[in-house]
Amino acid sequence: MVDNQQTGRPEMVAPDASRAPAIELRGISKAFGPVQANKDISIRVMPGTIHGIIGENGAGKSTLMSILYGFYKADKGEIFVNGDKKNITDSQTAIAAGIGMVFQHFKLVQNFTVLENVILGAEDGALLRPSLAKARKELTALAKEYELNVNPDAVVEDLSVGHQQRVEILKALYRQAEILILDEPTGVLTPAEADHLFRILENLRREGKTIILITHKLREIMEITDTVSVMRRGQMTATVKTSETSPEQLAELMVGRKVLLRVDKTAANPGDTVLEVRGLRVRDEAGVERLKGIDLDIRAGEVLGIAGVAGNGQSELLQVLGGMRSGKGSIRVNGQELDLTGLKSDARSRRKRGIAHVPEDRQREGLIMDFHAWENVAFGYHDDPKYQRGLFMDNDALRQDTQAKMAKFDVRPPDCWLSAKSFSGGNQQKIVVAREIERNPDLLLIGQPTRGVDIGAIEFIHEQIIALRDQGKAILLVSVELDEIFALSDRIAVMFDGQIMGVRDPAQTNEKELGLMMAGITDTGPQGQEASRNG
Amino acid sequence: MDFLTIIQILDSTVRLATPLLLACLAGLYSERAGVFDIGLEGKMLAAAFMSAAVAYVSGSVWLGLLAGVGASLALSVIHGLASITFRGNQLISAVAINFLAAGLTVLIAQSWFQQGGRTPSLIGGARFEPITLPFADSLAGVPFIGPIYSDLISGHSALVYIALAMVPLTWWILYRTRFGLRLRAVGENPAAVDTAGVSVTGLRYAAVAICGVLCGLAGAYLATGLQAGFVKDMTAGRGYIALAALIFAKWRPWYALGATLLFGLLQAVALRYQNIDLGGVVIPVQFMDALPYILTVIILAGFVGKAIPPRAGGEPYVKER
Repeated sequence: MVDNQQTGRPEMVAPDASRAPAIELRGISKAFGPVQANKDISIRVMPGTIHGIIGENGAGKSTLMSILYGFYKADKGEIFVNGDKKNITDSQTAIAAGIGMVFQHFKLVQNFTVLENVILGAEDGALLRPSLAKARKELTALAKEYELNVNPDAVVEDLSVGHQQRVEILKALYRQAEILILDEPTGVLTPAEADHLFRILENLRREGKTIILITHKLREIMEITDTVSVMRRGQMTATVKTSETSPEQLAELMVGRKVLLRVDKTAANPGDTVLEVRGLRVRDEAGVERLKGIDLDIRAGEVLGIAGVAGNGQSELLQVLGGMRSGKGSIRVNGQELDLTGLKSDARSRRKRGIAHVPEDRQREGLIMDFHAWENVAFGYHDDPKYQRGLFMDNDALRQDTQAKMAKFDVRPPDCWLSAKSFSGGNQQKIVVAREIERNPDLLLIGQPTRGVDIGAIEFIHEQIIALRDQGKAILLVSVELDEIFALSDRIAVMFDGQIMGVRDPAQTNEKELGLMMAGITDTGPQGQEASRNG
Repeated sequence: MDFLTIIQILDSTVRLATPLLLACLAGLYSERAGVFDIGLEGKMLAAAFMSAAVAYVSGSVWLGLLAGVGASLALSVIHGLASITFRGNQLISAVAINFLAAGLTVLIAQSWFQQGGRTPSLIGGARFEPITLPFADSLAGVPFIGPIYSDLISGHSALVYIALAMVPLTWWILYRTRFGLRLRAVGENPAAVDTAGVSVTGLRYAAVAICGVLCGLAGAYLATGLQAGFVKDMTAGRGYIALAALIFAKWRPWYALGATLLFGLLQAVALRYQNIDLGGVVIPVQFMDALPYILTVIILAGFVGKAIPPRAGGEPYVKER
């Protein structure tokens, strides 16, 4: 174990060598049936530091933190908090030990006010009035101290995701948490919200709180942590000072081999126009106009990336192209007009026209979680003569094909009888991508291809997208991850408020320019005009 | 229609609304905690039978009430075990309870009293007597106010007043106490309650138990207040009407009072006038009986505001990572 003193950050108070670690885990092991989720894990988290835990999905990070928060009981091992051995059996004892947790999926009551959420479970007496008054006072103080501003009387469901996360942090602080665990906190945040979160975390560290940050984003680890521990396949592979490591080294430690952080790709060689969108307008169920006249072209052999903060119409664009929503305007694929409202405006007709669709939310739209892998792979192929045997479906052929696709796309474990929910996020996504790419489409719509997916799988999926491009297919990529947009796109279109703000050449733009466009600021400088020549 | 008739219909409304209100509030506690309960009917029925049987044998309506509440609670515990502890399907468990109650009450009644599945008629102390409020008799002569006070407000049995008092009490518990906050939270997002270190199971059992007690009161009122003894299937769908009222009331206590009074009024009118002649158009009594359900469908279809049930309702809580 590497010691954690003198992290080399001048602005930090040097941790006192004589102080006991805020958290010390010794020899933690936990198995679920035959799967060893945590194997003999030891870690020391020093007080007043931000300690990152990084690892691929399924590496055992969340299990470890769930043990620390009392959700699971470890099979073996000991937990020390501030030097004292603790027996953490449930959330209650974890809270009593000064541990607070901010879950990836917030544990908030949507129709309660912020105040009610904060006091829930930490009320002072049988009546609410005094607790609410006390919490209101405390929240005002916390807001001032840590930039945690939230209106205490706002109803949670009306708050933005970033504000909801602040409520979660406030909940922990209201319970006197000295040690704060955050599980993938930036997964749902806009870049600006993430920056604000990091400021809050720095303020907390300054006040002597200890923070454990679980993430799979290397950039965050490099940006904010003092120390980082790497997990791989249930084991702690290393703990290093952040200032003494590099993203490349961490990535290698995570996956156990060298990882290319940038996708290797040659220049695009665009051919004929495959997709032509003109004046596309879409209203949602509530009558709100979500797409306000979209014009787009994608040519064969190129990737058009759509950047933007989630909720600016990207989802609706994918849905209308994929036949899951009707719209107005004109969409042509290979020169032929698509039906946008009538009988042929469904997903099946779109597939017949050579469009494949990897939806943004794989668990809700891409897969049926309780179905076997081979049944999931069968979606969209039900009427394929290849799988017909008289009146019946040829399930054996389907299963054989699934097995072949799983091998080709490196789905692990390669067992077509497992239900979709028993695969990790990355492998679920590979199943969907395999199904859609193997359709050999002219146009692939792909939304958030690597959301909640581990680094190894990200790399693989990116390679597949580029390989498809190099076969001369058109690809529409929607992602909220700017890194991903930059890595894959041949042209980048930025969406804001249902409109395309502009199209840029990735080589001639930068995050700052795109960030401004994503915020709706249309300052099209000279270089911007020039870069949109393809659009 | 003269003034006295109106008073009589309203008086009958209050009496008919009482079991609906108690059952509706019972469902409110359970469903607000995330346990759907279409077994109100069965619990009321079991309580009606046990209260009538024990009241008849002991001669004391209060012992009967206790037995009725006990029977209803026992069924609640079964529902709790099935849907909370064993995470079964709440609808199926409740339907089973309805069938169980419908069959068992008649069977036991026949074996105990040999009167064709009914209990003997209750008399004297085995029934809830009307309570005459102070000055009811002396004010009876005063025009207008007199009949309202002495006939409409005074002269109901204790359970009617208890039911009415439950409305503000329930509101206060739900919105002003720690228990109420947690109860509402566990019906909306049990994970939030769990991570806050509060037992989801404990809260849901508490809610289901309260539901059992209130259903017990409702059933006991049917057999020992509204009528004098138990007869087969005497709840006659009141448990379902109470559920309809609960949706109509959007799971809120004061609205529940309004909804059950409205449904009570419909029943009172249907009871008094078989077919209503509206200048040539005859409204059959069946239509009045169906009206609560029709109104509920209209509410559910979203015509009169939106009725959003508790978000975690109907789903057993399974701890995720």
